[in-house]
Amino acid sequence: MTTTQARPPAAKQRRRGGVRKLSGRDKLVVALLLGIPLLIELVFIWFPALGTVLLSFTKWNGVGSLGTKSCLPNVPSIMNNGCLYGVQNYHQAATIYPEFWPAVQHNLIWLAVFILFATPLGMLFAVVIDYGIKGSRMYQSILFLPVMLSLALIGIIWEFMYSQNFGLINTVIGRNGDSNAIDWLGDPHLNLWAVLVEATWRQSGYVMVLYLAGLKAVDPTLREAAKVDGANAWQTFWRVVFPVMKPINIVIMVVTVIESLRAFDLVYITNKGINGLELLSVLVTSNIVGETQRVGFGSALGVVLLVISLVPISIFLFQTFRREDTP
Amino acid sequence: MTTDTLPRVTAQQSSGERPKSRPWGQVSAQLFLVSASVLWLLPILFALYIALRPYAETQKYGYVSLPHHLTLKNFSQAWTQSDMLHYFLNSVLITVPAVVVALALSTGVAFILTRVNVKLNVALLILFTAGNLLPQQVIITPLYRLFLKVPLPEFLSESGLLYNSAFGLILINVAFQQGFCVFVLSNYMKSIPEEMYEAALVDGAGLWTRFWKLTVPLCRPALAALATLLTTWIYNDFFWAITLMSSGDKRPVTSALANLQGQFVSDQNLIAAAALIAAVPTLVVYVLLQKQFIAGLSLGSSKG
Repeated sequence: MTTTQARPPAAKQRRRGGVRKLSGRDKLVVALLLGIPLLIELVFIWFPALGTVLLSFTKWNGVGSLGTKSCLPNVPSIMNNGCLYGVQNYHQAATIYPEFWPAVQHNLIWLAVFILFATPLGMLFAVVIDYGIKGSRMYQSILFLPVMLSLALIGIIWEFMYSQNFGLINTVIGRNGDSNAIDWLGDPHLNLWAVLVEATWRQSGYVMVLYLAGLKAVDPTLREAAKVDGANAWQTFWRVVFPVMKPINIVIMVVTVIESLRAFDLVYITNKGINGLELLSVLVTSNIVGETQRVGFGSALGVVLLVISLVPISIFLFQTFRREDTP
Repeated sequence: MTTDTLPRVTAQQSSGERPKSRPWGQVSAQLFLVSASVLWLLPILFALYIALRPYAETQKYGYVSLPHHLTLKNFSQAWTQSDMLHYFLNSVLITVPAVVVALALSTGVAFILTRVNVKLNVALLILFTAGNLLPQQVIITPLYRLFLKVPLPEFLSESGLLYNSAFGLILINVAFQQGFCVFVLSNYMKSIPEEMYEAALVDGAGLWTRFWKLTVPLCRPALAALATLLTTWIYNDFFWAITLMSSGDKRPVTSALANLQGQFVSDQNLIAAAALIAAVPTLVVYVLLQKQFIAGLSLGSSKG
């Protein structure tokens, strides 16, 4: 099978304009245009990212100063504040923090549903729409609508679908009585799945738009050649179109993983992320914005998220910037 | 050459109306998309239907019932009772400056990184791009502490801190979104032919002129697409406002929805109306600027 690029690599052929000497005024322009955003990026994104890692080895309630002395064993928590705690936060999270493993499990379920269901569904939408049937523009617009809405809003809108006594779903399946009503969003065995339906409703439209852009960029002569060779639609897609869309597939992989790690808004608006809807993102937040601030502990949970997210981020960066150094 | 006997229609691509020779494929595709579209519209239309009906009526007959009475009263009541105008103004106050500043800053960065050979171009580009890919919760703990430490003059923040101020929220939205914009704009700028810059150099144009008079105008389509995307994303932001703003009355409308839900807990129809009012700006973008929005997403997902 051919692996011709989806788009000609002509854009790569560039030379950098500034090989020539810069004047003093030009240097000032460089310093300003690059310096200010770089400072903001470092101070508000990368310094906190590094801070999360460092704080995760401390014990601190946010009050008082943060020192470099080690925490004392076997003294009340109040005596041990702002001290180095080693890997105790990680140890505690894994052993005695009851929400940790459920949250990890929920994040993994979230990721699995996105990978196995939301993303393939979005790709299917894109492929069927790209097939060029009547009304495809209208379908695209409708399926894309949830992408525009905020997740907070989506959570509220779906509460009416799931409402116990009046909701559309329970009414249709005849489970809206006082005794037999299904509590979709309250039952800890059901609510994660109910929320995942909402998340899929939005995510597959998002994937569809990204994938459609990729499909449009595939050189039509490739498909034509496949047709001439006697390939059917199924073979054409999997053996010709899918391989040349490797860059967009990686983007979608990154979006899928990152979005499932970021998941927060939907569960927060539904029940603040408790009772079956625990997620790592919620635990991080509740440990710093809650009444008892456990800065070190919350940071350790943040580092768990960071480590997982670095995998797709690295793959994406490697794929995107690999050819950059050797123009 | 055996395939010459195949109907030529099947070889037409992407220009549309291809598979007339395969009516079953056509019919099943239509059926699939029609049912998906119904499922996709249903939750929104259902919320709208509830918002249009009086509370007393839905209490008596349930949500799934024929309407006896359709009214816009829920909308007007939600608007006045929850002071939605105030939250909308908060949203505007945060979204507009954040979009403008994020675009201004990232255009400059993208220009320098693509057109001036500063050392570490690629490393810097990676730094900006990766910053936008981190889950927000990875940085929130130190960021929250930082926002509580940084003092602001009185006229920028009543609290005297970055925390709980519109300025702080603008700042974090800019910081978080500029990485994406730098990535998109630098890809876009790479497609500008080098000859244009050489011509400008011959004319004696300095770096600033090449940026402001040449590059920025050429990037207008990308900037328009990004502006649409950023406006929607920042308007829809929930997490930063929930964590970095304590008082409800300063929050933008999207995160204020969480409070409204508590306020109207006994009248679900009002919640539906308030939620739909909050959706109006994004629906306007959806109707008028959908192409720009999709163009922005596509620019971000394709390279070169």
